[in-house]
Amino acid sequence: MAKKFMFVNRKAPYGSIYALEALEVVLITAAFEQEVSLAFLDDGVYQLKKGMMPKGIEMKNFGPSYRALPDYDIDKFYVERESMEARGLTPEDLLVEVEVLSAQELGQLMEAQDVILSF
Amino acid sequence: MLHIINKSPFDRPTLDTVLRVAQGGAALLIEDAVVAATRGCIAANKVVELAKKMPVYVLGPDLEARGLADRVIEGVQVVGYDGFVNLVAEHRNCQSWL
Repeated sequence: MAKKFMFVNRKAPYGSIYALEALEVVLITAAFEQEVSLAFLDDGVYQLKKGMMPKGIEMKNFGPSYRALPDYDIDKFYVERESMEARGLTPEDLLVEVEVLSAQELGQLMEAQDVILSF
Repeated sequence: MLHIINKSPFDRPTLDTVLRVAQGGAALLIEDAVVAATRGCIAANKVVELAKKMPVYVLGPDLEARGLADRVIEGVQVVGYDGFVNLVAEHRNCQSWL
């Protein structure tokens, strides 16, 4: 029976390996046909910024990987409003369709999960 | 002294420490620290403060990697790796605020 899995992403991309590792595990989880959602708060919001070009720092651009997730039936992207606004970002700056939630709403959604994986 | 800052302002209080401690020279934002020098970021005012005390540089490839190259605030200068090397060479010593 499918469980509700939420990946909680709180780190900026490229400066550490967290974002990339999260993406790997998201794809593995999807292969087991679980109900997967991704939450982005704090610096994790930067993981969804449009226009990433990491060629200059010789790292893999994982922007396209996020855009491919809906093909694996992973299309629940939640962004915490306060984190997004503190960084001067809007949903238009992000590379996938997201649902913007208040901190309280996100907290409630976290409560409703069977499994939370934190990155 | 060259002050090198590499962590996000949301993750570490490094910018505050540099503002408090640094006695001049120059500052260079690299890796996740580059987000501080972008428009609309609530930490940008700290970079503006720092730029009043010393020239502030931001590493271009790290901005580009994060899709932030078109959002840099005024008053800071974007440099490449060659500029990074020049800054290290120009200053007598460096402090990496890890």
